[in-house]
This record gives sequence, C-alpha cells and structure tokens, in this order.
Amino acid sequence: MTDERRPMLQAKGISKFFPGTVALDNVDLTLHGGEIHALLGENGAGKSTLIKCLTGVYRRDSGRVLLQGKEVDPTLTHHSQRLGIGTVYQEVNLLPNLTVAENLYLGRQPMRGPFVDRRRMNTQARDTLRDYGIQIDPAQPLSTYSVAVQQVVAIARAVEMSGKVLILDEPTASLDHEEVQLLFSVIRRLKDRRLAVVFITHFLDQVFDICDSATVLRNGQVVGRVDLATTSRNDVITLMLGRQLAAQVRAPKPKAGGNTLLQIEGLQKTGMLNRFDLSLNEGEVVGLAGLLGSGRTETANLIFGAVKADQGKLTFRGKEIQLRNPRDAVAQGFALCPEDRKTDGIVGELSVRDNIILALQARQGWMRKVRRKKIEAIAEHYVRTLDIRLANLDMPIRLLSGGNQQKALLARWLATDPNFLILDEPTRGIDIGAHAEIIALIGRLQQDGMALLVASSEMEELVAYSNRVIVLRDRTQVKELVGEEITSDNIIRAIAADPQVEAAV
Amino acid sequence: MTRNAFLRRITPQLIILAIVLGLNVLVFPDFFDVEMKNGRLFGNLIDVLNRGAPTALLCLGMTLVIATKGIDLSVGAVMAIAGATAASLVVEGNHWLVAVLGALSVGALCGLWNGFLVAFLRIQPIVATLVLMVAGRGIAQLITEGTILTFLDPGLIHLGAGTVLGVPTPVLIWLTLGLFVAVFVRRTALGMLIEAIGINEASSRLAGINSRVLLVCVYVVSGIGAAIAGVIVAADIQGADANNAGLWLELDAILAVVIGGNSLLGGRFSIVASLLGAMIIQSVNSLILLSGMPPEFNLIIKALLIIAILVIQSPKVGHLLYILRASAPQPHPKQLPPLKENLR
Repeated sequence: MTDERRPMLQAKGISKFFPGTVALDNVDLTLHGGEIHALLGENGAGKSTLIKCLTGVYRRDSGRVLLQGKEVDPTLTHHSQRLGIGTVYQEVNLLPNLTVAENLYLGRQPMRGPFVDRRRMNTQARDTLRDYGIQIDPAQPLSTYSVAVQQVVAIARAVEMSGKVLILDEPTASLDHEEVQLLFSVIRRLKDRRLAVVFITHFLDQVFDICDSATVLRNGQVVGRVDLATTSRNDVITLMLGRQLAAQVRAPKPKAGGNTLLQIEGLQKTGMLNRFDLSLNEGEVVGLAGLLGSGRTETANLIFGAVKADQGKLTFRGKEIQLRNPRDAVAQGFALCPEDRKTDGIVGELSVRDNIILALQARQGWMRKVRRKKIEAIAEHYVRTLDIRLANLDMPIRLLSGGNQQKALLARWLATDPNFLILDEPTRGIDIGAHAEIIALIGRLQQDGMALLVASSEMEELVAYSNRVIVLRDRTQVKELVGEEITSDNIIRAIAADPQVEAAV
Repeated sequence: MTRNAFLRRITPQLIILAIVLGLNVLVFPDFFDVEMKNGRLFGNLIDVLNRGAPTALLCLGMTLVIATKGIDLSVGAVMAIAGATAASLVVEGNHWLVAVLGALSVGALCGLWNGFLVAFLRIQPIVATLVLMVAGRGIAQLITEGTILTFLDPGLIHLGAGTVLGVPTPVLIWLTLGLFVAVFVRRTALGMLIEAIGINEASSRLAGINSRVLLVCVYVVSGIGAAIAGVIVAADIQGADANNAGLWLELDAILAVVIGGNSLLGGRFSIVASLLGAMIIQSVNSLILLSGMPPEFNLIIKALLIIAILVIQSPKVGHLLYILRASAPQPHPKQLPPLKENLR
C-alpha cells in the first residue's frame, strides 16, 4: 500500500497470563501508517487484552512493542498516550457535563497567565473539529450532542494528544447507520493523515467497508493476518470460528411435543418491550433473535420478573401467575442466566461451591441451610457433568475463565431443577470449546423435557438448537420461524426487513 | 468452612493478639496473673476482656453490616439512647428486666430505621446512619432530660459491674452472644447470603435472594448489639450519660472489624476474627496504660497497627500467595456422564 517503510507499531510475541488461563499466547501485531487494521475474533479471543497490553492497562508477561522501531513499555495509559497511542472505547469516556472544548483540551488547556484562555480554547476547538468534518459550538456541554459526535470528539482528543496510533474499540456499537458513516468519514481522513488505525468491531460489513487488513485472534493466538481486499467474508468467519459451528452441532433436534408449559400474553413495558406473546411447550427450545437493543435482554428480564412489566398475563401449567420479582419466578421453577455474567451473574468473591448452591439456597430460605453433604454432591456432580475446569471448589469464581463461569452459573440454576430456563447470550465471551459444550447441553436439557428460551445474537447457534425462532426488531416481535424455515438467511432477512440495519454476524 | 480454613482465616489476628499480649507481659510481668478475691476474678487479662465488652458487642452487628457493603455510624449514639432508656425506665420504678427489654426494643427500632433508609430508600449507608449518629445523642438527651440520669437498681447494675461465678457479667454476655451469632450465621445460610448481597447485589437478587429483608436484618442486629453495649456501659457507671456514653465507639467497632481482616467493600466475613480484633484494640489500650506511656501514644500505636494489618491483608499480597498456592487444573474426563441424576 505504501512505500514499505518500517511499520508504525509492531508487537512481537506478546503473552499475558491470568490465573488459570493464557489470555494471549505469543501474539504478533503489525500496524502501518495510513492503514486501517481490523482486530477480529470472537468474544474472549483476546482482542481487548491485547489492546490493554499495548496501552499499558495491563503489563504484558512477555514480548516486545516497537513504536516506529523504538522499543516502548508503557505502564500507564497516559504514558502510552504521550508515546502516541490513543484509544477510544465504545463507551465514550469523556466528561458529559463539561463543554466540548474543555473535553478536547482537558489537562492541556491554553493558558493566559494562571487562567484558562477560554476564547482561544473555543476557537481552537472549533477549528480542530472542522478538520474532522463536524461543525458544532464547542462551548456547549458535550452531553447536548449525539453519541456519534461525542465519539468524534473522543477521537479528536485521542488523535490530537497522541497522533501516531489510534485504537477504536467497538466505536460503532451504539451508533445508527448515518452516524456510522459520519464516523467512517472521520476515520478515512485520519488514514489520509497517515495514522495507523486499529478498528475493533463485531460488524463484519463495517470491517470490509473500511479496513485494509485484519489480524484474527482465536483463544489468545493469532490465527491469521489477512489482506481484506483479497479475502472473502466466509474465509474470515472460518478463521474466527475455527470450524463451521453449524456443521458440528447440526444434530437432529428433538421434536417439541410436550404439554403447554407457559403461556405469555401481551407482556409489555413502555420503552422496553412492545406486546410480546409466546406459548411454550415442555421440551421445546425457542430462540430469540434480534440485533443489539432489539429487546432480547428486556424480554428475558420481563419474563423472569427481574424488571416489572406494565402489563401481561402469564399462565404456567394452566394457572395464572404473578411475578413481581425474581424470587417469585424462582419459586415457580424459572431460571435465568443473564447476559452480563460479571454484573448480574457471578458473585465474584464467593467460592465456586457457594455460587453453584446460591439459587437453591435462596429458594429454601436462610433458615434451612442445604446440608453440607448435599452441597458437595451437587457441586461435584455439576463440575463433572458440565466439565467445569477449576483448581478446587473453594476458589473464588471470578478466577475462572469466562466459559467456566458460565457453566458454573448454569449449574447454579440446574441445581434448582427448573422447569423453564431462560438463557440470555449463553455463549458470549467464552472460548470455542465451551461454546460447543453449552450448545450440546441445551440439547440434553431439552431431551430431559425442560423448556428453554434462548436469546442470542449468533444466528448459526439459534439455527442449531431452536425448534422455533422469534425475531425481535425495535422491541417488537416481528416474525416467528418454525421448523424448516429456521435458517440464518431467514433470520437475517427478518431482522433486516428494515433497510437501515446492518446484518450482524 | 472446614476447621483448617477457619484456623487459617483467624491466624493473622491470633498472631497479632499474641504479639500485643506479649508486649503487655514485657512492660508488666504479672500481666497474666489472675486471682480470686471476694468471689470475683481479678487480673489484667480479665480487665481486657471486661473493658473490651462494648466494642466486642458493637462489632458483631458491624461485621454483618460491613459484609453487606454497608457501615453503621450510629452505634455509639444508639448506645446512648439505649442506656438512657434503660435508666429512665428503672428510675420510673419498672423492673430492671423491663428496662433492659425496653432498651433492646429501642435499639432494634433504631436498626429498623437505618435498615429502612438503606434497603428501601437506597440511601448510602454512611449517610443514612450518619443521620442517627447525629440525632441520636439529641434523642438520648431528651430521654435523660439533659442530666446524667443515675440509678441504684441492683439488677441493672449487675449487668455492668456484677459477676457470675466470679466472671464479670459483661464478659459472659459478649462471649455468649459472640459465640451464638458466629455459629448461627454459619449454621444457617444467613452468612453466605449476606456475603452474596455484599459482593454483588444484582446477581443475588436475580438468584432469588430477598436482599432488602436481609439488609434490614443486619442493621437491626447492629442496633440490638449497640443497645446491649449501651445498657452495660450505663450499668457500669450506674448512670446514663447522653453525651459521653459510647462516644467514638463506632470507630473502634469499625476498626475491630477491619483488624479482623474483613473488607470494607463487603463480602466474606468472620465474626470471630472481628471479636479478636476488638480484643486486640483493648490489649493495645491496656499496653499503653501499663507501660506508663502518655495516652496520646495510644492513637499512634493503633494507627501503626492498622497499617501493618492492612499491608498483610492487601489484595496484592493475597494474590501473590494465591498464585504460589494454586495448583494446576485437574485432568478432566473426556466422556461426560449423564446429566440427569437424582440429587435430592
């Protein structure tokens, strides 16, 4: 692409260990000026760990980082900023209550004597932002502008401070189509300014739209560095997933044939979910598809009583039930593995054993403690059957890897012997091995007669295990696919009936 | 917790206590002498146990509150209120048992108030309990009508100054209650559930734990503990002093919990370790008294002590120890056993 001078940034043999896992294993990354480079990989592949090692959030355990040929070893984020590596995260990490100009110049304001020279700061800010293609009043608080504009301000700040390497960590996750285009135009300008840009996203369309090359990570290792102009989308997906997921788990789905277990009529809450109806049989797996923000998680939370619904009638085994909180749901034999394991799932400092027993104990009440023998039996049973890898049951659950944490959470709920299991993104952020195991587990639970509702953004996965798939768009139930209709294409078509939507992979 | 894990948990506190007691012996060789005079045990060790009673009683509830990621600043003031209540009830001619029950009820009520603010109105614990910390002394003064309310009821005085089989009553009270609470929270699931809501309330709620009720409970326990401490202090001096009873004692109680190795960020707790912490504080007080050092040193030595303990218990040191101890992952069977297996 350019006169192949020395690369802007070169990372060689980076390794990072966490207790019990190898997060990065001898990873190489090369970035050239004037090139937009995508960092691809499933959740938990090591993308963010790599970024954190480059920017000094984590200390790498081995390896070298060369910036324009000079070895650097940033230990703090502001070191790396001064060295020339700027980072912009998905969540804008600016101060919304300060003005745009203040955000842009925080820590290096133009001064007149001991005072901040506001007029000069505002003029400079306006000029700078014009270079990025946005014309706004920099004296207004940042919060008055859209997330996209805030992203651009964050990028401008990172570039003005650093100016050699810009790392964008899922910058488009919360943006709509127009806003993405605005962001892309800014990124292309930076390319012209010969910055090296790292772009991390889950939207493959965007990768092929804007990036020149890509490094693909899997399980902490680099599995390929590709030139995107000459690589097909399928090849990239194959690299990311390792093997074609669909092929290996396309086992015959057991027929859903049981009695009606749960009937949901008109479940809704303003701003979260429009009317939702579902009738669920024993031994049936219903998939919940839709993009981020389409209402998948909200549906799960409303059914479980984690959020109180405005309206809706739930009939469980022919009897109408009221769920005011998760406790009521647990009492009925419901279970929910939440999307965000860390904040809503695990109790990090407690031992794996306590975490597994938690829901059963909560249901029994604090007076009736589960007997120690039974606790051991349950914990060991699930460690064995779910193949949870751990040093011992006394270790805090936060030290387990993502996949093992997820399995422990599944164990927590399976221990309550639920009739109805809701899984919200059960395979997010876990390694590929655990991924396949959890999908296999869903099949086994179904055969045992459990009803499952699985919300997932992975089409292939939904196709593999669902008897029915409900598609959500804009917090509304838009389509129900049954039997042979369930294919990735059909799901994507249903999601994308609205032209604005980019197909997520 | 197995016996080994329990011993390992309280080892740092035992070592520190041993060191401080050893220092006591250095400055006062007869420190461990205990003798029976007029049917009462006398000795410096007995004094430590006796004088440490209020802090020990406070740190029972405080440990549970802190385990939920909270803090209870009001316990000193609740002591004053409870002391004043008990005193005014016996002065009005009620039986001392009625007075004690009244004081305990008032303590429980104070805890209920704190718990309501924290669990239902979601006010930060430090602010919520600050309300009663400030207002409490005013309430106590209203009850005593601004005077130090003295009483001569032998039954009530016995709780603070009397003995049972030669042992000072306060010692028996805190040992019994401490043992009871320590065993109770572990025999029931209360301890684990409290730890769970302290570490991650959102997860706990989703797991079906009634976190609000548990939160209110721990503040009520704290209030009752404070009330008992307040009655003991009042009985000891045969009067309720609204201004000075339990003054700054909430800080000693928090310190005892911290010395007990319990994190202020909530989570895992040990009642026994907190009680050892309370005894460590009292032993330091005794050390300074016996050595003839000016009492100003008390605070500095306390500070040094905390620093030493915090260093030992810092997560960095802990992480290092964990890595040293952690074994390699166990081999796992390739073939998964069937999932359905009757466990009940």
